[in-house]
Amino acid sequence: MILHNSQAMSTTPTPRAQRLIDPSVLDRIQGEVDSNHVVLFMNGTPVFPLCGPSAQAVQILGLLGVRYKSIDVTTDPSLRLAIRDFSDWPTLPQLYVLGHFIGGNDVMRQMLETGRLQELFAMCAIPMADY
Amino acid sequence: MMEAQEIIDLIKKEIPEAQVRLEDVRGDGNHYALTVKAPDFRGRSLADQHRMVFMALGGRVGGILPGVTLTTLVCAPQDKA
Repeated sequence: MILHNSQAMSTTPTPRAQRLIDPSVLDRIQGEVDSNHVVLFMNGTPVFPLCGPSAQAVQILGLLGVRYKSIDVTTDPSLRLAIRDFSDWPTLPQLYVLGHFIGGNDVMRQMLETGRLQELFAMCAIPMADY
Repeated sequence: MMEAQEIIDLIKKEIPEAQVRLEDVRGDGNHYALTVKAPDFRGRSLADQHRMVFMALGGRVGGILPGVTLTTLVCAPQDKA
Protein backbone atom coordinates (compact mmCIF):
# COMPACT_ATOMS: atom_id res chain seq x y z
CA MET A 1 0.00 0.00 0.00
CA ILE A 2 1.56 3.21 -1.15
CA LEU A 3 0.50 6.80 -0.75
CA HIS A 4 1.15 8.97 -3.72
CA ASN A 5 2.20 12.56 -4.16
CA SER A 6 5.94 12.40 -4.18
CA GLN A 7 6.16 16.14 -4.56
CA ALA A 8 4.55 16.94 -1.23
CA MET A 9 6.56 14.19 0.47
CA SER A 10 9.91 15.41 -0.73
CA THR A 11 9.37 19.04 0.20
CA THR A 12 11.56 19.96 3.12
CA PRO A 13 9.86 22.49 5.37
CA THR A 14 11.67 25.79 5.68
CA PRO A 15 12.42 26.73 9.27
CA ARG A 16 10.29 29.67 10.31
CA ALA A 17 13.21 31.96 10.98
CA GLN A 18 14.48 31.55 7.44
CA ARG A 19 11.25 32.59 5.86
CA LEU A 20 10.66 36.17 5.03
CA ILE A 21 7.25 36.99 6.35
CA ASP A 22 6.14 40.56 5.96
CA PRO A 23 4.89 41.70 9.41
CA SER A 24 2.32 43.94 7.74
CA VAL A 25 0.73 40.86 6.17
CA LEU A 26 0.48 39.22 9.59
CA ASP A 27 -1.17 42.42 10.86
CA ARG A 28 -3.63 42.27 7.99
CA ILE A 29 -4.52 38.66 8.84
CA GLN A 30 -4.98 39.64 12.49
CA GLY A 31 -7.25 42.48 11.38
CA GLU A 32 -9.39 40.12 9.33
CA VAL A 33 -9.84 37.53 12.07
CA ASP A 34 -10.54 40.27 14.63
CA SER A 35 -13.15 42.07 12.56
CA ASN A 36 -15.18 39.11 11.30
CA HIS A 37 -17.04 36.50 13.33
CA VAL A 38 -15.98 33.66 11.05
CA VAL A 39 -13.14 33.75 8.56
CA LEU A 40 -12.11 31.00 6.17
CA PHE A 41 -8.74 31.26 4.47
CA MET A 42 -8.84 29.02 1.45
CA ASN A 43 -7.59 28.18 -2.00
CA GLY A 44 -10.09 29.75 -4.36
CA THR A 45 -13.54 31.03 -3.51
CA PRO A 46 -16.68 29.37 -2.09
CA VAL A 47 -18.13 29.34 -5.60
CA PHE A 48 -14.94 28.04 -7.14
CA PRO A 49 -12.71 26.29 -4.58
CA LEU A 50 -9.31 25.32 -5.94
CA CYS A 51 -8.61 22.29 -3.76
CA GLY A 52 -10.62 19.45 -2.27
CA PRO A 53 -10.01 20.39 1.36
CA SER A 54 -11.12 24.00 0.74
CA ALA A 55 -14.23 22.72 -1.01
CA GLN A 56 -14.99 20.52 1.99
CA ALA A 57 -14.65 23.47 4.38
CA VAL A 58 -17.03 25.55 2.23
CA GLN A 59 -19.46 22.67 2.15
CA ILE A 60 -19.45 22.35 5.95
CA LEU A 61 -19.98 26.07 6.53
CA GLY A 62 -22.73 26.06 3.91
CA LEU A 63 -24.39 23.12 5.61
CA LEU A 64 -24.45 24.96 8.94
CA GLY A 65 -25.59 28.14 7.22
CA VAL A 66 -23.35 30.55 9.07
CA ARG A 67 -22.23 33.86 7.62
CA TYR A 68 -18.49 33.93 7.02
CA LYS A 69 -15.83 35.85 5.21
CA SER A 70 -13.71 33.83 2.82
CA ILE A 71 -10.26 34.94 1.81
CA ASP A 72 -8.64 33.50 -1.28
CA VAL A 73 -4.91 33.17 -0.60
CA THR A 74 -4.09 32.17 -4.17
CA THR A 75 -4.46 35.77 -5.31
CA ASP A 76 -1.75 37.02 -2.96
CA PRO A 77 1.61 35.18 -2.66
CA SER A 78 2.61 37.06 0.50
CA LEU A 79 -0.65 36.10 2.19
CA ARG A 80 -0.31 32.51 1.02
CA LEU A 81 3.04 32.27 2.76
CA ALA A 82 2.14 34.26 5.88
CA ILE A 83 -1.09 32.42 6.70
CA ARG A 84 0.89 29.24 7.37
CA ASP A 85 3.02 31.01 9.94
CA PHE A 86 0.19 32.97 11.48
CA SER A 87 -1.23 29.92 13.27
CA ASP A 88 1.69 27.58 12.77
CA TRP A 89 -0.60 25.45 10.62
CA PRO A 90 0.88 24.04 7.44
CA THR A 91 -2.13 23.75 5.18
CA LEU A 92 -5.25 25.39 3.85
CA PRO A 93 -8.11 25.86 4.50
CA GLN A 94 -7.95 27.51 7.93
CA LEU A 95 -10.99 28.42 9.98
CA TYR A 96 -11.10 31.24 12.54
CA VAL A 97 -13.99 31.96 14.87
CA LEU A 98 -14.04 35.16 16.94
CA GLY A 99 -10.34 35.61 16.35
CA HIS A 100 -9.42 32.08 17.40
CA PHE A 101 -7.85 29.52 15.12
CA ILE A 102 -10.06 26.44 15.00
CA GLY A 103 -8.31 24.19 12.49
CA GLY A 104 -8.33 22.85 8.98
CA ASN A 105 -10.96 20.87 7.11
CA ASP A 106 -10.30 17.62 8.98
CA VAL A 107 -10.78 19.40 12.30
CA MET A 108 -13.96 20.98 10.94
CA ARG A 109 -15.26 17.62 9.71
CA GLN A 110 -14.48 15.96 13.02
CA MET A 111 -16.22 18.77 14.93
CA LEU A 112 -19.21 18.58 12.60
CA GLU A 113 -19.54 14.85 13.14
CA THR A 114 -19.45 15.22 16.91
CA GLY A 115 -21.72 18.28 16.94
CA ARG A 116 -19.02 20.49 18.40
CA LEU A 117 -18.88 22.86 15.45
CA GLN A 118 -22.61 23.49 15.69
CA GLU A 119 -22.18 24.05 19.45
CA LEU A 120 -19.32 26.47 18.88
CA PHE A 121 -21.28 28.55 16.38
CA ALA A 122 -24.34 28.58 18.63
CA MET A 123 -22.31 29.49 21.70
CA CYS A 124 -20.57 32.30 19.85
CA ALA A 125 -23.92 33.52 18.46
CA ILE A 126 -22.61 33.46 14.91
CA PRO A 127 -25.11 35.12 12.55
CA MET A 128 -26.63 33.00 9.83
CA ALA A 129 -26.02 33.74 6.18
CA ASP A 130 -28.86 35.57 4.49
CA TYR A 131 -29.81 33.30 1.69
CA MET B 1 5.81 8.38 -1.74
CA MET B 2 5.33 7.05 1.72
CA GLU B 3 4.44 3.54 2.71
CA ALA B 4 1.44 3.06 4.96
CA GLN B 5 3.60 1.22 7.48
CA GLU B 6 6.06 4.11 7.51
CA ILE B 7 3.26 6.52 8.39
CA ILE B 8 2.08 4.29 11.21
CA ASP B 9 5.62 3.80 12.54
CA LEU B 10 6.41 7.52 12.48
CA ILE B 11 3.29 8.39 14.43
CA LYS B 12 3.84 5.62 16.99
CA LYS B 13 7.41 6.74 17.46
CA GLU B 14 6.48 10.34 18.22
CA ILE B 15 3.21 9.91 20.07
CA PRO B 16 3.54 7.44 22.96
CA GLU B 17 0.86 4.77 23.23
CA ALA B 18 -0.77 5.92 20.01
CA GLN B 19 -3.11 3.51 18.33
CA VAL B 20 -2.95 4.12 14.61
CA ARG B 21 -5.26 2.85 11.94
CA LEU B 22 -4.89 3.57 8.24
CA GLU B 23 -7.73 2.36 6.09
CA ASP B 24 -8.06 2.37 2.34
CA VAL B 25 -11.64 3.56 2.50
CA ARG B 26 -12.59 3.08 -1.12
CA GLY B 27 -10.19 0.30 -1.94
CA ASP B 28 -8.72 2.38 -4.75
CA GLY B 29 -5.40 3.26 -3.15
CA ASN B 30 -6.24 6.97 -3.24
CA HIS B 31 -8.50 7.58 -0.27
CA TYR B 32 -7.25 6.77 3.19
CA ALA B 33 -8.74 7.33 6.61
CA LEU B 34 -6.04 7.84 9.23
CA THR B 35 -7.28 7.47 12.78
CA VAL B 36 -4.95 8.19 15.67
CA LYS B 37 -6.04 7.48 19.22
CA ALA B 38 -3.72 8.52 22.04
CA PRO B 39 -3.80 9.36 25.74
CA ASP B 40 -1.49 12.31 25.00
CA PHE B 41 -4.28 14.11 23.16
CA ARG B 42 -6.17 14.66 26.39
CA GLY B 43 -6.64 18.32 27.23
CA ARG B 44 -5.51 19.52 23.83
CA SER B 45 -7.61 21.23 21.20
CA LEU B 46 -8.39 19.28 18.06
CA ALA B 47 -6.11 21.62 16.14
CA ASP B 48 -3.27 20.74 18.52
CA GLN B 49 -4.02 17.03 18.23
CA HIS B 50 -3.89 17.23 14.45
CA ARG B 51 -0.74 19.36 14.68
CA MET B 52 0.94 16.63 16.74
CA VAL B 53 0.24 14.16 13.96
CA PHE B 54 1.62 16.56 11.33
CA MET B 55 4.77 16.96 13.39
CA ALA B 56 5.11 13.22 13.88
CA LEU B 57 5.08 12.87 10.13
CA GLY B 58 8.12 15.12 10.03
CA GLY B 59 6.40 18.21 8.75
CA ARG B 60 5.98 16.39 5.45
CA VAL B 61 2.90 18.36 4.91
CA GLY B 62 1.38 20.73 2.45
CA GLY B 63 -1.83 18.88 2.14
CA ILE B 64 -0.63 16.76 5.01
CA LEU B 65 -0.94 13.62 2.98
CA PRO B 66 -3.18 14.21 0.04
CA GLY B 67 -6.17 11.93 0.02
CA VAL B 68 -5.77 11.16 3.72
CA THR B 69 -8.53 12.12 6.12
CA LEU B 70 -7.32 12.52 9.68
CA THR B 71 -9.33 11.82 12.82
CA THR B 72 -7.84 12.08 16.29
CA LEU B 73 -9.33 10.58 19.42
CA VAL B 74 -8.41 10.69 23.07
CA CYS B 75 -8.09 7.43 24.93
CA ALA B 76 -7.17 6.45 28.44
CA PRO B 77 -3.55 5.29 28.88
CA GLN B 78 -4.60 1.74 29.76
CA ASP B 79 -7.10 1.52 26.90
CA LYS B 80 -5.53 -0.94 24.52
CA ALA B 81 -8.19 -1.44 21.89
